[in-house]
Amino acid sequence: MTRLADAFARGRPALICFLTAGDGDTAANLDALVAGGADVIELGMPFTDPMADGPAIQAADIRALAAGTSTADVLAIATAFRARHPAVPLVLMGYANPMVRRGPDWFANALTDAGVDGVISVDLAPEEDADLGPALRDQGIALIRLATPTTDDARLPAVLAGAGGFLYYVSVAGITGKQQAAMASIEENVMRLKQQTDLPVAVGFGVRTPDQAAAIARVADGVVVGSAFVELVGEHGAAAPAHLQALAAGLSAAVHAAREAHA
Amino acid sequence: MSSQPNSFRNQPDECGHFGQFGGRYVAETLMPLVLDLEREYRAAKADPRFQEQFDDLLEHYVGRPSPLYFAERLTDALRMDAPEGMGAEVWFKRDELNHTGAHKINNCVGQILLAIRMGKTRIIAETGAGQHGVATATVCARFGLPCTIFMGATDVARQQPNVFRMKLLGAEVVPVTSGAATLKDAMNEALRDWVANVHDTFYIIGTAAGPHPYPELVRDFQSVIGREAREQMLRRTGRLPDLLVAAIGGGSNAIGLFHPFLDDAEVEMLGVEAAGYGLDAKHAASLAGGAPGILHGNKTYLLQDEDGQITEGHSISAGLDYPGIGPEHAWLKEVGRVKYTAVTDQEALDAFQLLCRTEGIIPALEPAHAIAAIVYRAREMPRDQVILANLCGRGDKDIFTVAERLGVRM
Repeated sequence: MTRLADAFARGRPALICFLTAGDGDTAANLDALVAGGADVIELGMPFTDPMADGPAIQAADIRALAAGTSTADVLAIATAFRARHPAVPLVLMGYANPMVRRGPDWFANALTDAGVDGVISVDLAPEEDADLGPALRDQGIALIRLATPTTDDARLPAVLAGAGGFLYYVSVAGITGKQQAAMASIEENVMRLKQQTDLPVAVGFGVRTPDQAAAIARVADGVVVGSAFVELVGEHGAAAPAHLQALAAGLSAAVHAAREAHA
Repeated sequence: MSSQPNSFRNQPDECGHFGQFGGRYVAETLMPLVLDLEREYRAAKADPRFQEQFDDLLEHYVGRPSPLYFAERLTDALRMDAPEGMGAEVWFKRDELNHTGAHKINNCVGQILLAIRMGKTRIIAETGAGQHGVATATVCARFGLPCTIFMGATDVARQQPNVFRMKLLGAEVVPVTSGAATLKDAMNEALRDWVANVHDTFYIIGTAAGPHPYPELVRDFQSVIGREAREQMLRRTGRLPDLLVAAIGGGSNAIGLFHPFLDDAEVEMLGVEAAGYGLDAKHAASLAGGAPGILHGNKTYLLQDEDGQITEGHSISAGLDYPGIGPEHAWLKEVGRVKYTAVTDQEALDAFQLLCRTEGIIPALEPAHAIAAIVYRAREMPRDQVILANLCGRGDKDIFTVAERLGVRM
């Protein structure tokens, strides 16, 4: 069983935590998330033009790039994380251009060497799968696809073709870090997605508090939290790990126990 | 070229690819919308009433057809420095005489008709120098739709007259402070707005770039330039031009001029990018100094570093100051059908003044780049040959920038 599959096969929902690579002391920050109970780490590759991100992650990307973070640095952060945490799944999230810059095979090989389990490429539509999909699948790296409120049933099979790891349901038609969708809409859409795929379905965008996360975890296989962590890094700098761990602990407790409470 | 296509005019393929370029690289939220736009555009293209409405507005609102003009004094001036028997005739397609002063309005008329057809009730657009923003605000006023224009804060500061024009026309102008606060950042912000308002909002993209079908539909709407020019040239001179020249930022005026001529093998074409301070310094020449990559919905040549981070361009012309280029140009360069060159800020500035004094036309700094390239090319071509350039915008908006560069206080 792969690390990603294992994370969703523990009989409880999973907490997926996002941070931007190169923003602050990423190694210490990631360790804090793991200590707080993160089941999957989503590591953001900073990009100059993060078109799908809100102010918090835009600012994190700018901080990371201003600090000189290169693709080699991102891979080094991943490699070191894998050495410290052999069992925690690590997913790289970012935009297509930095991923394909040196060619899809180069990228897939580099991720294999770094021990990365999956890739989320925000602007690589399923229609453009040929740029990266075959290279990643050849190496056993999951290409994690996004579904949104605008992805209707007719389109969903195109999104699922070639998808791996888990299906990331973007609960709001919008950018990261903003408002949360109504629970009714999340539940209805997660059910709809699960009818068409056996992949675990994780829900993200606008999730900030343990209560929100618990509500989602009652209906979804995973909950993604990003901007709330990134804001803590921006606010606390070198002192961020303690804050990250506290938030992750609160979220993971809520997510992991979500179904017991309602059993 | 070993494998030339039968026609250069049947791109893109059904997935929106121009060779390896173009495509639909957008977040999933937008994907159903761009697929829907494509369906609507196909239907509109096949609907004679849509074409009629477009043609009617171009004639009576925009003021088309624009004249084809023989620039006699410019031709004479260039012949003074040319070798014996050399110095081609220079002709201009006068798209600077359009309503709002540039070619941008052609595309905006087409796109707002599409937006209305799709039942969208709100318009957004990005703008650099403000010309596309003004053209978008204009058609929104004409059709009574609310309009939000995203403009880099740096550009807002240096293009105050256009900001005021947009506001007069009823548009909301949103200054964008992310990144270098110029055109690409405005486009990022427009995409962020669009993704959050897909249900009611239509994004009028200003150049022949972005996700499919934008590069195709913008080209089609702008191709009125080349169709008119081809017919006018044949009627006036009984022949086709030997060389077409157009400035390129994103490339909409150039593709509009070139496309109807692409299968006329005897017609050469030259696209002119902005070399800024020089190709070895800061510039905005994506073809000359960039590499293929993915940004803003399409694969094309981009100014980027070795990690794929997008680098800031520079041009004296805010309209050319974009780190990418329309994907069809990337393809036309690769197949060799169109040649591309670049001229510096200084060369454009010299050409700007040359046209003012020889023809009594103040060009925008964008076509001043095309004119600068003509200065070099005309003298290499015999006198009986014809160069046709697109004068894609007038220079009223640029007089402050030019004054500053010439050291004149206004």
